[in-house]
Amino acid sequence: MKHTLSVLVENKPGVLSRIAALFARRGYNIDSLAVGRTEDPAVSRMTIVVEGDERVIEQVTKQLHKLIDVIKLSDMTNEEYVDRELILIKVHADPTSRAEIMQIVDIFRARIVDIGRNSLIIECTGDGGKINAIENALRPFGVRELVRTGKIALARGQKQRD
Amino acid sequence: MSITGAEALIKSLEAEGVEVIFGYPGGAVLSIYDALRESSIKHVLVRQEQAAVHAASGYSRVTGRPGVCLATSGPGATNLVTGIATAYMDSIPVIAITGQVATGMVGTDAFQEVDIFGITMPITKHNYLVQKAEDLPRIIREAFHIAQTGRPGPVLIDIPKDVSGAILAQYQPVTKVDLRGYKPTFRGHPSQIRNLAQLIREAEKPLIYAGGGTVRAGAHEEVLALAERINAPVTTTLQGLGVFPENHPLSLGMLGMHGTPYANLAVQQCDLLIGLGVRFDDRVTLSVEHFAPNAQIVHVDIDPAEIGKNVLVDLPIVGDVRLVLEDLLGLVEEKEHPEWIEEVRGLKKNYPLTYGHAGGDLKPQFVLEKLSELLRDQDWIITSDVGQHQMWAAQYGKFLKPNTFLTSGGLGTMGYGVPAAVGAQLGAPQATVVAVTGDGSFQMHMAELGTATENKLPVKILLFNNSYLGMVKQLQHFFVEGRYSGVEFTGNPDFMQLISAYKNACGLRISKPEEVEPVLKEALNNGKLTLIECVISDQELVYPVVPNDMGLDQMIFFPQEG
Repeated sequence: MKHTLSVLVENKPGVLSRIAALFARRGYNIDSLAVGRTEDPAVSRMTIVVEGDERVIEQVTKQLHKLIDVIKLSDMTNEEYVDRELILIKVHADPTSRAEIMQIVDIFRARIVDIGRNSLIIECTGDGGKINAIENALRPFGVRELVRTGKIALARGQKQRD
Repeated sequence: MSITGAEALIKSLEAEGVEVIFGYPGGAVLSIYDALRESSIKHVLVRQEQAAVHAASGYSRVTGRPGVCLATSGPGATNLVTGIATAYMDSIPVIAITGQVATGMVGTDAFQEVDIFGITMPITKHNYLVQKAEDLPRIIREAFHIAQTGRPGPVLIDIPKDVSGAILAQYQPVTKVDLRGYKPTFRGHPSQIRNLAQLIREAEKPLIYAGGGTVRAGAHEEVLALAERINAPVTTTLQGLGVFPENHPLSLGMLGMHGTPYANLAVQQCDLLIGLGVRFDDRVTLSVEHFAPNAQIVHVDIDPAEIGKNVLVDLPIVGDVRLVLEDLLGLVEEKEHPEWIEEVRGLKKNYPLTYGHAGGDLKPQFVLEKLSELLRDQDWIITSDVGQHQMWAAQYGKFLKPNTFLTSGGLGTMGYGVPAAVGAQLGAPQATVVAVTGDGSFQMHMAELGTATENKLPVKILLFNNSYLGMVKQLQHFFVEGRYSGVEFTGNPDFMQLISAYKNACGLRISKPEEVEPVLKEALNNGKLTLIECVISDQELVYPVVPNDMGLDQMIFFPQEG
């Protein structure tokens, strides 16, 4: 099962490699990892999606907790949370297919952010399911390049960091 | 008053109470060595950097304070790696300081540049690459705090040359540590401790399984008190040896792959196994499915990540094992288990630890029994290397106090024994320090004889020479039908000549059983660096053996026992 871990870490050099190395060394699989600054510039939040059974996740979280640079960690999987991913897709688009692509973009409430002679770049945000769906919908037109950010997430409601 | 980064470093180390640094100089640590000249800290020059970490580890184990080692950048730093990994696996607080090329050169593949910060991430509790000299006092304070609290471990501090050489306007001592990501748990959860007291009340066959964590936590008195209070036999791991006196009627010695037969059988028969400061290592449990099949398993450890890692436990308690036992002792009443004690006594009688005394052969086990007998009334420490001799020392050493057997358990690092003895002797000048070793291990760090000579350390080296890598040979004997490969030494030196090359050192050789006592007596009383060589048969094996994937009761016994 996939688990979404939200990890607050010190914003210091080497922290990302510490965490990546821990996953590699203990043989855990990272599905996706997104990292960026938080409201406190000294703190970064990592959203890590990891695959594993309860025992693996327990070890992952305990081993992460042992890192001095890890300030707080929560497994959001069983909580109420909002998660988003961003995708940029450069899709083949000639005059005959453009209209259809623009329709798909509308349906997904995505946006066209660049137009080339024979291509479009489309930007879309949403949860993993929606991102997969738009990716699949656009694939028949010919995807030239694609990039996804990996999931970011925040718990719903009042809960705060401290 | 202005001060260099290196001087700030040394001042900070002095403030931590550091008295000895084991090190090896080089270009990237010039200013640190310069600052050391003015310091009260004694520098011990080793012969290879790995020995500096092992010595720091030996020093730490006997003094209870972090050991400090120092090396230059590049090869100096990489030579530390095995030593750091050794300390990490056995949870020994060691502070490793390395020089680094100047910050402007970092990343350019400069001369003697290596990313030791990256290399040591998975083998340190924490590590630092210092960016500014101003940070040094804080980092040193944090490093010592991290190394010796919670589950202890090594911390590495990598200091670029321009940082140690930088001028600071003034030295600002740091006494407070503020690490929001590091808050180790010390007290155990009260309700879990109550649950343990209840399990103890209900148990008919309790067994205590004590490990290195009880030694690190200084919990020997509490372990003894608990064992006597609840009338439970005690078996220890390799790292736990000495935490419970082995001359106590409740002592079962070591358990595991080469543990005593009665300890292993007691684990399989007990109904409550109380694991204290242990990690259910594979050399202890062997087949996890067959481990302690009749027991409820309790696991007390300060590291939450150890709980449930190898073995599923019935009752976990996270906390400092000494404090947990302190709380527990307030809750448990005296108990007697005459039937269980009788059963264990039967195991001891019917399945003794034995090696046979046939013929006039010199038996290493006999030498170690004699050694332990002769040391009994002294203040002593045994260190060991890794191999057959290590297991014989563990089996026959009869350890009575914690931190009297210093050995590399987790990583199994050959070459640990002699440098650890150097460190131990510096930490405990009054003690008799004996390094038990084999001809394979000894040759990994025999250059440290020079360090011992230089520092006038009367370390005793008890060398079992069978001209083989005995433990590997033994593995090949049991598990690849005796197809020996790469295990014979035909080019060993004459060890007596070797030791005689060192000033004021003494070489003694034992080849017959009747020589054991007089020669050991002479060695233990001559006040000199002494190498005692015991020439033993290459046929000698460590018994019992629990093969991998077998239960602890499926031992290969000493042949005569069948």
